[in-house]
Parts: sequence; C-alpha cells; structure tokens
Amino acid sequence: MMTNHGNRITQGQFSFLPDLTDAQITAQIEYALKNNFAVSVEYTDDPHPRNTYWEMFGMPMFDLKDAAGIMMEINNCRKTFPHHYIRVTAFNSVRGVESPAMSYIVNRPKNEPGFMLQRTETRGRQIQYTTRAYVTDKPAGERH
Amino acid sequence: MPPTEPESVQTPTPVTSVDLRKEMAEVGIAEVLDELDRELVGLLPVKTRIREIAALLLIERIRKQMNLNTESLTLHMSFTGNPGTGKTTVALRMANILHRLGFVRRGHVVNVTRDDLVGQYIGHTAPKTKEILKKAMGGVLFIDEAYYLYRPENERDYGQEAIEMLLQVMETQREDLVVILAGYGDRMEKFFQSNPGFRSRVAHHIDFPDYTDDELLSIAEIMLHDMSYKFTDRAREAFVRYLDLRKRQPLFANARSVRNALDRMRLRQANRLFHDLDRVLGVDDVMSLDESDVLASRIFAPSGDGVKKPAGNG
Repeated sequence: MMTNHGNRITQGQFSFLPDLTDAQITAQIEYALKNNFAVSVEYTDDPHPRNTYWEMFGMPMFDLKDAAGIMMEINNCRKTFPHHYIRVTAFNSVRGVESPAMSYIVNRPKNEPGFMLQRTETRGRQIQYTTRAYVTDKPAGERH
Repeated sequence: MPPTEPESVQTPTPVTSVDLRKEMAEVGIAEVLDELDRELVGLLPVKTRIREIAALLLIERIRKQMNLNTESLTLHMSFTGNPGTGKTTVALRMANILHRLGFVRRGHVVNVTRDDLVGQYIGHTAPKTKEILKKAMGGVLFIDEAYYLYRPENERDYGQEAIEMLLQVMETQREDLVVILAGYGDRMEKFFQSNPGFRSRVAHHIDFPDYTDDELLSIAEIMLHDMSYKFTDRAREAFVRYLDLRKRQPLFANARSVRNALDRMRLRQANRLFHDLDRVLGVDDVMSLDESDVLASRIFAPSGDGVKKPAGNG
C-alpha cells in the first residue's frame, strides 16, 4: 500500500500517525469523558478489516470522571495481551446516535506481517479478490 | 490531534519569589477555609488540622513552582469520631480544598461502604473494588465505617481482598486519588491495629470531638434557619432542656439526632396548626416552632425521665 509503509494496519482514528503516547491517549480519553461517552477497551489478534467485533476487556466504563481509571485498564490489558491489537472505543449513547464515536489502536504487535491479496478465477475468467492476514494461518492465541 | 509538546518546553522558568497572599487568593483556598469556619459549628481541632494541611499543600505548590524537589505527598486520611460529628461533610470540603490546590484533578467524592467494595462470592470482590476505584480516580474515595472491611472472625471473608487492592492503589497511584477512611474512634483503632499497612499509608489522622450543648443549639438554629423555621424564645429554652435529656440517652448521634428531633417537631407543629381549622395563619405562625412542639417529646415523659425507652429517638 502506498501510504502505509511498514505494513502497519490502519484502522480507526490516528492510525496513519505514529503510535500515540500515553499522554496523548489520556488526552483523547479526557475528550471522550467530557462528551459523556462510555469508554471501553477491546483486544484481538485477527487484524482483518472486516473483523469488527473485538473481544471486550472488562465491561464498558460508565460514570467515570477521570482518565486515570481507563489508563489503568489499558495498562492491565497490555500486560495480559502484550502482542495483541488493543483499541479504545468510546460509545455515544445519545438517542439517535447510539454508536461508537471514537475508536483508536493503543497497542499493536511488534511484528505485523500484513495481508495477502488472493485472486480467485471464477466463471468467465472473472477475478474475485479477497485479503487474508498472514497471521491467521496460525490458530488464535499463537499469532503474534 | 496535534502532538503534545514535550513537557520541558512548556515549563516556565522557575520563579524565585512568591507573594503568599496573592497565591492564596489565586487558588481561592482562603474562601474555602472561611466557609469551613462559618458553616461548620465547633470542631476546632478538625479545623486546625485542615488549616495545617492546607498550609502544607500551599507551600508544596509554591515549591513546585520554584522547581524545588517535591516528594509526592501522601494525602490519605482517616476521620474518627462519634456518629453525627460531621465526618462526611468535612470530607466533601476536603475534596474541594484538594481540588483547588491541584492535588486531585476533579474534586468529586465517591462515598462507599463495605457493600460497595466487597463481593458476595469468590471472584466478585476484585472487579467490584476495581470499579469503585476507577470511579474515584481523580477525586476522593470516602470509605464510611471502614472497619467493616476487616472481619477477623471469618477468615474466609472477602474483605481482605478489597483491603489488599485498596492498599496497592493507595501506594502506587497516590497522585490519582485520595482515600479517606471514616468510622468510630475505638473500632478504627482496632482496624488499624490489625491492618498495619493501612496505618502507615494514612498520613493524617483527624479526630472529630463531640459537640457541646451550645454548639448543638447553634447547629439546630442553623438547620431551622435553612428550612425557614425558627424557635420561639420559650421553645428554645425547652430545646436546651431536651438536648440535655437526650444526650444522656443511648444512641445519641450529635447533629444527626438534632436533625431528627427537628423533623419530629415540624411534624408536631403541622399537626397543632391543623387541629384549629378556623384560624387564619400568618407567616410567623407557620415559621415558629412552639414550646409545646418541643415538650411533646417522649423524653419529657414523666416515667423515669424517658430513660426506660432507650430505643427512643425521642
């Protein structure tokens, strides 16, 4: 991919930027809390872009006043899954919106082998394209 | 998001002189302390301790501005005293003071008891305690009747798990939250004896004394004033006698008992007014608590000074 050097997966906000520092993550969480979003931490080891629902690390956090509590949870998740993708999602529960308003990656594996573009020839020599992450050759839990 | 600049770029050159009065006005700490003096009756030793702590915090703030070496302060406190001596009220003020001085980021108070921290079955306690701790981050965690966390008679009690989590966070995240433990004096003493980890992590032990009769009376007057009521002169005299008798009964809970007594007097006053339907009531009638409203209390019952009914809240 032209703009994505180094095979980093680019999902969610800020994914074309260098990794966020903890101070930057804290600032983003504070923005979410200011807007009354419920923040949650999620992880996965399947980087496919269509893998929408990641595993939840604990419950979504409602009624928090300060980012420190969520940072604590992020660090816990990093400790438990050091080689997984971890993202922070902020859910906006306002009626009519009711969907994630923010989502960004806060942890990624050191080695991201990227995706393979698979071409399948079908009827009339038509080509179907699909992408497949190299890591998903291995079973879940042994991927990174 | 624009990348935040490294902190060293933003720090201004260290100041070399600070006008203490100006600094105090800037953080508005004097107002809070004056408010404390004005709105809380009595509690002299408590106010003195809070002033001392506030002074320490203010100086620490100035030292920080001067780029002097500042050890991160341990601000966890324990409030001990009998029921109704204003521990919760002072905890709220304390949160305000800490917030103004920048030692907690939000200044909210999360008020919990054993039930909020300790779970019912194995594996329930840790998430519950963690949830509360996360909510309290950036503010003050007020644990009322903290000694219930520790139940020595049951060695499989889950309270110990909550205590361990609390201790760990109290130590490692001192800049994120301040824990205030509250409870009755003698039982807190026992609690600290059996949990030495707590004693050493709590820097300020503040003891709340009981109120004197005069203080209780002025508390009553302030409460009545807030509710737009007042005593007639004779009612005030009767109330002084009431306090004297009530204090000798068991389960006397200082200001809380006063509040309950006032609520009952309001009830009697309303009934008294209601009985005479033909009257035209003025503002004064509706506002005044009469002697008879006070004297109708069970405490004045002739049978043995009311001592016979210890359950009486009177």
